[in-house]
Amino acid sequence: MASNPKIIVIGGGLAGLSAVIKIAEMGGHVDLFSIVPVKRSHSVCAQGGINAAKNLKGEGDSTWQHFDDTVYGGDFLANQPPVKAMCEAAPGIIDLLDRMGVPFNRTPEGLLDFRRFGGTLFNRTAFAGATTGQQLLYALDEQVRRYESEGKVRKFEHWEFLSAVLDSNRVCRGICAMDLRSMEVRTFPADAIIIATGGNGAIFGRSTNSVVCTGSAQSALYQQGCFYANGEFIQVHPTCIPGEDKLRLMSESARGEGGRVWVPRTPGDKREPKAIPEKERWYFLEEWYPKYGNLVPRDIATRAIHKVVYEENLGIDGKPMVYLDLTHIDRKILDRKLEGILEIYEKFVGDDPRDTPMRIFPGVHYTMGGLWVDFTQATNIPGIYAAGECEYQYHGANRLGANSLVSCIYGGFVAGPTAVQYARNLKTASANGHFDAERKRQEENNATLMKSDGTENPFKLWRELGDLMTKNVTVIRYNKNLQETDAVLCRLLERFRHINLSDRTQWANTSVIFARQLYNMLQLARVITQGAGLRDESRGAHYKPDFPERDDKNWLKTTKATFAPDADEPKFEFEPVDVSLIPPRPRRYDAVK
Amino acid sequence: MAEQKQVIFKIKRQPNPTVRPYWEEFELPWHSGMNVISSLMEIAANPVTRDGKATTPITYDSNCLEEVCGSCAMLINGRARMACSALVDQLEQPVRLEPFSKFPVVRDLAVDRSVLFENLKAVKAWVPIDGSYDLGSGPRMTMQEQEEAYPLSRCISCCCCMEACPQFNDDTGFVGAATISQVRLFNTHPTGAALKRERLVALMGDGGIQECGYAQNCVEVCPKDIPLTRSIAEVGGEVMKQAIGDLFRK
Repeated sequence: MASNPKIIVIGGGLAGLSAVIKIAEMGGHVDLFSIVPVKRSHSVCAQGGINAAKNLKGEGDSTWQHFDDTVYGGDFLANQPPVKAMCEAAPGIIDLLDRMGVPFNRTPEGLLDFRRFGGTLFNRTAFAGATTGQQLLYALDEQVRRYESEGKVRKFEHWEFLSAVLDSNRVCRGICAMDLRSMEVRTFPADAIIIATGGNGAIFGRSTNSVVCTGSAQSALYQQGCFYANGEFIQVHPTCIPGEDKLRLMSESARGEGGRVWVPRTPGDKREPKAIPEKERWYFLEEWYPKYGNLVPRDIATRAIHKVVYEENLGIDGKPMVYLDLTHIDRKILDRKLEGILEIYEKFVGDDPRDTPMRIFPGVHYTMGGLWVDFTQATNIPGIYAAGECEYQYHGANRLGANSLVSCIYGGFVAGPTAVQYARNLKTASANGHFDAERKRQEENNATLMKSDGTENPFKLWRELGDLMTKNVTVIRYNKNLQETDAVLCRLLERFRHINLSDRTQWANTSVIFARQLYNMLQLARVITQGAGLRDESRGAHYKPDFPERDDKNWLKTTKATFAPDADEPKFEFEPVDVSLIPPRPRRYDAVK
Repeated sequence: MAEQKQVIFKIKRQPNPTVRPYWEEFELPWHSGMNVISSLMEIAANPVTRDGKATTPITYDSNCLEEVCGSCAMLINGRARMACSALVDQLEQPVRLEPFSKFPVVRDLAVDRSVLFENLKAVKAWVPIDGSYDLGSGPRMTMQEQEEAYPLSRCISCCCCMEACPQFNDDTGFVGAATISQVRLFNTHPTGAALKRERLVALMGDGGIQECGYAQNCVEVCPKDIPLTRSIAEVGGEVMKQAIGDLFRK
């Protein structure tokens, strides 16, 4: 094989761009595919910061502490060696980003500033205002643009990945993709491919995720034979702004900078929040978790808010909302450290959070599960690698705040070089008829959708899917509801066959594109739902009142789903978790761990 | 019984770049908190015009829906702005939606804004690092320097400043405010400054910074309140100094 292999990277967020940079640096050629111009990828939405144990605050922080917090925060479900490696690499990643020009906030001495985030007692989170993801993405985007201008990277923006091209030995030889403008379906050869397509929030309808986060690529690969791991672990972020079109994130950094969550002690209290005296407010997180207070991990804070709202009936004005209060903090500090998120609240709600407490509620936020990968980011299909939120490796049963950015970049930094290494040893395929076959299969899929003249509108089906999943497969899960949900998902898949596209043109047809994504969402929704049904315990973000405890004896295991094409449904197997470095211990945040 | 409040949208449609645009009207039930994007989603779920005619869902660019990805820029009641943060309650009715007028239309409200990314290549809008391996920490920076750089770095490449600029057109080939502001960002970075001269040279001549007519529309429409006119003034001064210096060195 050529010493300058050709790698296809799908997805231009932090993970994808990190992989691109490493590959280009090693002399490889990259074709980079993205639905949106890569600078508009979902990584821009990350707000609060990126974790690295630089120990610049004299607290005695260490990469081992970061590792322990991450494993503990993930309720011991993550395989430990790659998590340890990530935490050890994190300080170097921050330095690199700093060299790339990320405008991280500074201390008076001119060093990087760090703040506290959930699930740790250390100030470990570097940040660029409250738009850290945007700033990191831009830094990587700029480096990739540099490689692009040198001819090492070709971008295919406004293209959507449809499937992998597998040869007769089930080795990946390239991809099949669709031009979202001309609707042309084409195949592209590559020595290896890297999937970096983010999370799947759209399966839950409204979430904090961007429009492109459908999980469609992961689902397509799962249907082609990739394992999908820990699908049932979905993070619900405690503090979001409810909205018509999406749930907008209100970063954990608001609490990192001293924000306090509370509700009026009297149900249905009609007073303005500022008129409610201190002793008539209930700071329930601080009361229940005195050590971590408002900075307990997200699954804990989310369940606490649910309890206060639905069991104690103390939601603001009887509605599902609680206060997130920053009004006691100096305006100048707020502007310097949190401006980006305060601006979002101001623009979308109309109130100034410097003057009045914000009204927030939990919302679906992060996909802990994803494509199964080994410690080198390789999936079980030779030639297919995965990095970032679309894979399952680093966060176990619950992700800690500010760990996503580091896991995306680190995952990309591992996947890029291993893909190049693999490609250099790859033997040429004996034939290449599989390219035409795959293209035809995808063209037929499109043709079938175009011809279908049923009555179902794909956008309406999606709303039903979102409502169903949010109601039954998020914060609190019951087996009976999960079984019913799966049955409804089967009916939705059946109704999908009677779809009617109101648009049958052959140019920039968003209905066809969305219908394809919807089908993949429905298939993946079954993996999430059935996985949740099987796991009879509570661990991290997965909570069943009927099985309220973590059960290491039976469930210290990774869930692995495979698609059974004949039965058109997932099959499950379980794999032990590598806990070779830190023995599992009970996870509790009401005391020091 | 109180009548259900309605919202009227007038949307410019163009199925593809080769056909003439036309207008369609839609009537949607009012909800509290609705914005232009949630309205377009509503239309996709029920693509019927105000006079009851079945039509196609509207094609538009969108992604993050929290005004940080820069995708959903369009003309809303004639003003260049982001659709996600355009709250219907704050808009005059009927709400008119049109694609940007100075970029090639792809379909309906989606336009091709790749020119900005090409411009960023032309001015080498990056910090020329030696490599991605571990080379220790970056340059020290004061809080003040960070506070100058960060607002410039928040540009979301939405192109509102270019759409609103009277000088941004095919005749001038003007590069536009966003790119000039990025030149200021990278030229003030300690490592980025290594390419300062090349960036300034790229802004000389036709289509360069001299095309700016100081209309100040850019700073007016920028959704991120970036001090674009200050960037243009500062970079303009640098370009001038560089040009004079180059002249004497010849």
